Amino acid sequence: MHLPLKHKLATVLLVLSTANAVSNTALAATNEQFFPLANYRVGAYASSGIPVWAGMIDYLRYINEVEGGINGVKLVWQECETEWTAEKGIECYERFKNGLNGAPVAVYQPNGAPAAYALADKAAADKIPLITLGYGRTEATDGSVFPYNFPVMLTFYSEASAVINYIAQREGGLDRLKGKKIATVYHDSAYGRETQSPLALLAEKYGFENIQIPVADPGNEQSAQWRQVRQLKPDWVFLRTWGVSTPVAIKTAARFGFPVERIIGDIWASSDEDVLPTGEAGKGYLALTPYPGGSEFEIHKRIKQHILDQGKSDLKDPKSFGSVYYNSGLVNAAIAVEAIRAGQQKFGHRPLNGEEGRWGLEHLNIDEARLKAIGFYGLMQPLKLSCSDHEGGGAAKVQQWDGSRWTLITDWVQADRETLRPLIEAKSNAYAKEKGITPRSCASED
Amino acid sequence: MTFFLETLIGGLLAGTMYSLVALGFVLIYKASGVFNFAQGAMLLFAALTFVSLQEQGLPFALALILTVVVMALGAILIERTVLRPLVNRSQITLFMATLGLSFVIEGLAQGLMGAQVRALDLGIEDVPLFWGDVMVSQFDLVAAATAALVVTVLALLFNRTRIGVSLRAVADDTRAALSIGINLNRIWQIVWAVAGILGLVAGLLWGARQGVQFSLSLVVLKALPVLIIGGFTSIGGAIVGGLIVGAAENLAEVYIGPYIGGGITPWFAYVLAIVFLYIRPAGLFGEPAIERV
Repeated sequence: MHLPLKHKLATVLLVLSTANAVSNTALAATNEQFFPLANYRVGAYASSGIPVWAGMIDYLRYINEVEGGINGVKLVWQECETEWTAEKGIECYERFKNGLNGAPVAVYQPNGAPAAYALADKAAADKIPLITLGYGRTEATDGSVFPYNFPVMLTFYSEASAVINYIAQREGGLDRLKGKKIATVYHDSAYGRETQSPLALLAEKYGFENIQIPVADPGNEQSAQWRQVRQLKPDWVFLRTWGVSTPVAIKTAARFGFPVERIIGDIWASSDEDVLPTGEAGKGYLALTPYPGGSEFEIHKRIKQHILDQGKSDLKDPKSFGSVYYNSGLVNAAIAVEAIRAGQQKFGHRPLNGEEGRWGLEHLNIDEARLKAIGFYGLMQPLKLSCSDHEGGGAAKVQQWDGSRWTLITDWVQADRETLRPLIEAKSNAYAKEKGITPRSCASED
Repeated sequence: MTFFLETLIGGLLAGTMYSLVALGFVLIYKASGVFNFAQGAMLLFAALTFVSLQEQGLPFALALILTVVVMALGAILIERTVLRPLVNRSQITLFMATLGLSFVIEGLAQGLMGAQVRALDLGIEDVPLFWGDVMVSQFDLVAAATAALVVTVLALLFNRTRIGVSLRAVADDTRAALSIGINLNRIWQIVWAVAGILGLVAGLLWGARQGVQFSLSLVVLKALPVLIIGGFTSIGGAIVGGLIVGAAENLAEVYIGPYIGGGITPWFAYVLAIVFLYIRPAGLFGEPAIERV
């Protein structure tokens, strides 16, 4: 092959410029942390998802633009649509797990129970920690069996315990629960059934009658269920629904004359989107949440000043600023950022990989002083994780819907995690036995 | 006994809500022999259009009229762009076209009007009423009255108007209808427009109960067993099918559910439909297909 001199020169220049571009990309990537966003902006759950991603993106943008990244490490993110399905959730994970242009993944949020269950083993094999706030396997609290799963802050078991403790507060003490009837109207799915074991245990301990009434997906007709509620006359209803089944439950309860102020929604039945369609029927509805609604927290002031007012927010509808789901996005993003920050204390101020991200999560300690420093005091509970405890917190606040906004009516209501721990360990040990996993010793890790 | 009666009546009334959704399918199936997969998307689009217009400050009546106009224009557009190019193609081709259409309409609805949940207040109180000891829902009574009104209007349209006769002729034999000068394109436009308006009526009632959101398009899942039981070609069948499904699933949930774990309403309707398929494949009021072989 004989090329004219001009062509040779052009080829050399092209190669050199490409190499330069590659090295520039690599240099840029070396100081960037990839934050994958597996989202659901379309489909049946889009109305819930859109404010969540806005909260996450606004916080990440705030960290980059106001704080200059995490100790100088800038965050980059990319979205992938899952439609809240397992198969697309796996596809997104596979696309993201190796990072973006050299920027590694330190933590991964599957954002959906189906994907969280499907990815549990895969992520462990890839050594990428999954953060599942308010969903996922409760037994993954036991980090000795589930080193890469983090059902942080409030598992479904803790949620069940917190709601019983709140009812006890209202009734005048735990001893007053004896003889009471507490019905759980639940979405008939893995998520909905998750609280059956802890509620059975607590019913035995405190002597209340534990009634379980399932609602099949999607739950847009619930006459039969609420007719049973009317017949059984429970003192309280714990509503564990999701999506459209929540407003339908609240409206059907009103139709059957059940007082709405005796219904307590769970974490996935506690958003503005759940109650907006209920009109008058929803006034007085109670809900448990680890990330209450409201835009008067310190972080909101900061984000409003630096992101919203500058026209840089991902939020298309400003009315959603401070909504429960927007705030859940903020809290989810803050946990990931703080975990990376914790990891950087050991590994240096540089982007972290999955194993380092896991170390950061297991050494995460967001105390009250830290919450105040990052502007999340009141919006988020203190959170301390370890090898043996991948949940941390275990508390929720109770909020009440007044027809236009949520009002907080309690401080943090703590779950009785000690009572629940044997149940969790029994399940995690059974899982370890089934999968042939030898639990690691947390004594040396903590 | 009171509890049984209450469950039965409640189920029958709930069934009329399913019938309202099923009627849109029947209309299009009668005119073209096609199961319109896009009916749920049309229902969502109609309800979203209505609430979006109301959000702009339009009064109820004006928003309703404008939505009817939008649905009629949509029907003309669908006929021109989707159905007309597929005339004389097989029914499965038309079915697949409606499948694609459903994605387009759903995407358009959410893209143009947003994916957030909207409240819809029709001014009908959803509170309990008591007939003696038996409790019934005021909202369900309004829904049942609406279904009765819709069926009456459709019956008059089919039996007492020239359009109705043309429509029946197209349904019986499309080629014969064409040969005597019936304008098939016009008939399809009218039928799709009426199906869109039926979607609006069903969308408003379901939307008032659960909020206007994407999951409205899923209420059509309830219509399929109704159609199998009542027959795809009978308006009366859609009503009877709805009543059967509503009553059966409510009774089953209360009396069978506790023994098998509960939450059985969605699949019980389909089990019932399978039983009917064994006994009467064309449904209770459907026209059995007879072909010379």
